[in-house]
Amino acid sequence: MTKLPFKLLCVTSRLRAFASKLLVLAVVLVSGLALAGESRVAKPAVIIEKADSQCVAPPEEMRRNHMEMLKHQRDKTLRLGQRGAKVSLNGCIECHASKKTGSVLGSGENFCQGCHAYAAVHLDCWDCHQPKAHTKATPAPAAAGAKP
Amino acid sequence: MQLVPYSRGEERFFYTLAALGGLVTLIGLASALYMEIHGHAVTGMNNQIVWGLPHVFAIFLIVAASGVLNVASIGSVFGKVLYKSRAPLSGLLCLAMLAGGLTVLMLDLGRPDRIIVAATHYNFSSVFAWNVFLYSGMFSIVAVYLWTLMERRMNAYSKPAGFAAFIWRLILTTGTGSIFGFLVARQAYQSAILAPMFIIMSFAWGLAAFMVVQKAMFAWNGLTLHPALRNRMKNLLGIFVAATLYFVAVYHLTNLYFAKQVAFERFILVDGGIFPALFWGGWFLVGTVLPLAILYTPGLLAMRGAVMVASILVILGAFCQLYVFIIGGQAFPLEIFPGLAAASSFGDGMVGQYSPSLPEFLLGLGGIGIAFTITTIGVRVFHFLPQDDLAKLEAAGHVLE
Amino acid sequence: MSETSSSRRRFVGASVAGLGIAVAPGIHLIAAQGPAEPAGASNAKRWGLLVDASKCASGCDACVKACATENGINETVADARQGSQWIRKIDLQDKRTGRQLSLPMMCQHCANPPCVDVCPTGASMKRADGIVLVDRHVCIGCRYCMMACPYKARSFVHQPLTEQNPEVPRGLGCVESCTFCVQRVDRGQTPACVEACPEGAMVFGDLKDPNSAISRRLAQVATTQVRADLGLDTGVRYQGL
Repeated sequence: MTKLPFKLLCVTSRLRAFASKLLVLAVVLVSGLALAGESRVAKPAVIIEKADSQCVAPPEEMRRNHMEMLKHQRDKTLRLGQRGAKVSLNGCIECHASKKTGSVLGSGENFCQGCHAYAAVHLDCWDCHQPKAHTKATPAPAAAGAKP
Repeated sequence: MQLVPYSRGEERFFYTLAALGGLVTLIGLASALYMEIHGHAVTGMNNQIVWGLPHVFAIFLIVAASGVLNVASIGSVFGKVLYKSRAPLSGLLCLAMLAGGLTVLMLDLGRPDRIIVAATHYNFSSVFAWNVFLYSGMFSIVAVYLWTLMERRMNAYSKPAGFAAFIWRLILTTGTGSIFGFLVARQAYQSAILAPMFIIMSFAWGLAAFMVVQKAMFAWNGLTLHPALRNRMKNLLGIFVAATLYFVAVYHLTNLYFAKQVAFERFILVDGGIFPALFWGGWFLVGTVLPLAILYTPGLLAMRGAVMVASILVILGAFCQLYVFIIGGQAFPLEIFPGLAAASSFGDGMVGQYSPSLPEFLLGLGGIGIAFTITTIGVRVFHFLPQDDLAKLEAAGHVLE
Repeated sequence: MSETSSSRRRFVGASVAGLGIAVAPGIHLIAAQGPAEPAGASNAKRWGLLVDASKCASGCDACVKACATENGINETVADARQGSQWIRKIDLQDKRTGRQLSLPMMCQHCANPPCVDVCPTGASMKRADGIVLVDRHVCIGCRYCMMACPYKARSFVHQPLTEQNPEVPRGLGCVESCTFCVQRVDRGQTPACVEACPEGAMVFGDLKDPNSAISRRLAQVATTQVRADLGLDTGVRYQGL
């Protein structure tokens, strides 16, 4: 045996004590969040602005597969340079942007945001893509990025 | 063996330390969130200096993580008894620092929310992508190695596991050095010497970090390192610091010999403002000359905590060195038109300006907080304290008087 | 061969044939229903740009303005060094002779692009027709490509954006650079900078077509690739450098 004095820890009991403290903390946090999140996101009332026209696929299929369709097409457009396909994000906006705001975002009434807020699915598209229909790029202001 | 429970004071001390580490970690995470919401506009990084303070912290932690494992390798691979009892602590520190460094690196990304993309899309010609593999492999190998060390029935496998970890860590640091070594565009990088240089730097930084943690743990337990053992370890640290000095000297001397690199060397060594100051005052004086003087002057070495001070100076020097290497290397204007003086709205021909902001500093500090917290909890719940069996050491030929 | 094994073989054969008949209409249907895929970028082409620096005036930034308008680079940045510049004007002066010239600098659309080599996720990519792009869907914003580019052609978006051009998505946390106005090129137009240049100092075209205007000019006059020593085979060439 070694000559040095040392403290050997009883590993399991210490782990257990530590884990129980963590558990208490977790329970407190979760119950707090549950209380805070009492209000539910309302079911979206989707307004189809162009009710007379036809989407690229039936609504049931669009509801289930629009993300796959868009993801598939984005790679073809960007990486292979295939333009003019049936599926197109800008195509979605042209039809589904709200008449009031001109956008698919803004509030629960807007086409993309309404459903995605309800389904609690993060929308990544609009960090880069323009959510407003018929937008024309504005010229750079005098002190803009391109000309600092 | 005898079980001695913690005293109340020790309990309180542990929770204070854990809370402190947790707080620094939380502040780091909060800073990362702030940076993610507002974008890198709230940092000092820009289109000239694209990698800043978070990368200095992250690369220090990653390089030191691979170096700290060296202590275990000397025991397992090279069979030195003195280092064998230090192998578990060395493995834990490796995991802790790697976790801290990688967290900082990931949270500094422009899109940290897409980390899953980095894990599912690989471009195999990218040194970065190799490193993703090397880092995750390092975690698994060191975890297995720790298991073979700490589970008595697995002890027989600790030597091959230690060997695998040793080889892997050499490749890993080669990979880290190659992140810069493979960059053809910039004057500061594009050199094959960077890979071995990073390995040597990792030896020094890792051992310095190990010495600091070991000293703290010994002090906490009311122990002192046997002077003969301290002597061996401080000599090794001295050799590593001197070897780093050698590699840095070779790197700069080759550059000075190439006419096209002279302007860059002038910038880093003479007239580049903060960079020569940090190079000479920070890395050379504080991080190299002073520690070597402490480690090899008997009068200085005899002072209380001399090795600890030397180790801390080595770590401070490491940060200065990385700041000069990473930020100084980017600040020097890119030579797009050799022989021509260039001017533009995008900083062509001008020295890049960088003033780190608070959030990016706190994010980097958070990485150290993560490493600290993991280490503190690890050494409490598992048995990591190095224990020197003096009889065994003497049997192995150590002269202990 | 035994009786059982041959009968079994007949059974397997018949089932495979049956399966084939069952599946064939489906395959036929898919082939018939699927619309012809739009033709994409082809490696029979390589887009290139020739800049005549001797015609480029020092104070003129018509190309930079046209680029900003076309690509929606219109955000106001607090720190100019954090602003995106897909194309910029560089004023050059020979250190010994004092000879001055001015030229636009942008992504050189290398055949061997370092940015594509170093990108960990493959977001930096080169299209079949030689246009180098960033796939923002997989860009994680690590900025390694910016470290690797010898031309400082890339910018990192430091702040959230809202006023994008619908055809040119760009946003926070991703790296971006000149695309040769790929949305215009795919419509058969030339990049905005080429169209805007008042001196007609830029020629855009297919480097692989010996009869294109750019190929004929390249065959006649001395042109330079910037940092030709790196062997990147740039798609942008300069005359009068």
